Amino acid sequence: MILAKIYVCLKPNVLDPQGKAVTNSLRQLGYSSVEETRVSKYIEISFHTTDPEQARREAEQICRDLLANPNTEHYHFTLEEREDGQA
Amino acid sequence: MSVITFPGSNCDHDALEVFASRGHAGRLVWHKGRDLQNPDLVVLPGGFSYGDYLRCGALARFSPIVNEVLAFARRGGLVLGICNGFQILTECGLLPGTLLMNSGLDFICRHQHLRVENPSTPFTEGIPPGAVLDLPIAHKDGNYFCEDHVLNELRETGRVVFRYCDASGNTIPQANPNGSRDNIAGICDPSGRVLGMMPHPERSATDAVVSQDGKRIFDALERHFGLCG
Repeated sequence: MILAKIYVCLKPNVLDPQGKAVTNSLRQLGYSSVEETRVSKYIEISFHTTDPEQARREAEQICRDLLANPNTEHYHFTLEEREDGQA
Repeated sequence: MSVITFPGSNCDHDALEVFASRGHAGRLVWHKGRDLQNPDLVVLPGGFSYGDYLRCGALARFSPIVNEVLAFARRGGLVLGICNGFQILTECGLLPGTLLMNSGLDFICRHQHLRVENPSTPFTEGIPPGAVLDLPIAHKDGNYFCEDHVLNELRETGRVVFRYCDASGNTIPQANPNGSRDNIAGICDPSGRVLGMMPHPERSATDAVVSQDGKRIFDALERHFGLCG
């Protein structure tokens, strides 16, 4: 089994109101050195294959087809080999 | 006319009722269907299709009926996407851009003024340009975003149909409820026959509610079809 760890993030030029709210809260908590926060999505997909190239192709296609909106988001992912049944 | 019901749609009956009250035949079409039943107009209603999971409208785009809506639009059919329907129209590529989370992070449910910028679409035909409508808005993800070149194209080709404004029709930043670029409340495709808008005309078009400005959009549609003067 291969596990894809996928990050879908807002592009740098897109305003992130959630990130701004988190930054404000962190400053209220005293974390005065916090410059900026960006809130993103993290998605795990496990593939029933041992072929990393196949998993990479499919993960790439899945990101383009559904997970990321190319207008506002970019994505990147890593692949890890896992033994079957291991989360 | 046909109103598409997705799992999580909650304005489908409101839309149907407005058309029924005006004497038009209409029906709800379940999202798993493949037959639009030959309508003159398709409405993608407001709500929270698929629970807004992943992104608003992202999963609804893969409902079987959406392929029929795309084909209907390609044949020149009229499509009106309201609120979540607007989000679905951007996700399936009929309209450019994206509806992001409101800049203030709040779900906003209130009345809002908007200005008619393009009176030559089937949805605004006969409404004086610059007319100010008072319509309800109810959304958390209505913050219209697009790249600069898309915004320029929308402006130059008259595809910004509605802008948020104050009661006097000024499209000032203070009248922008959600951070939308250029105060955009509604846009159309190049043909003008596919309209997406965040405000809810179907919630302000019966005698039971205070503002009935939504009627002006349904009047315009009737004018387009030659049903009234």
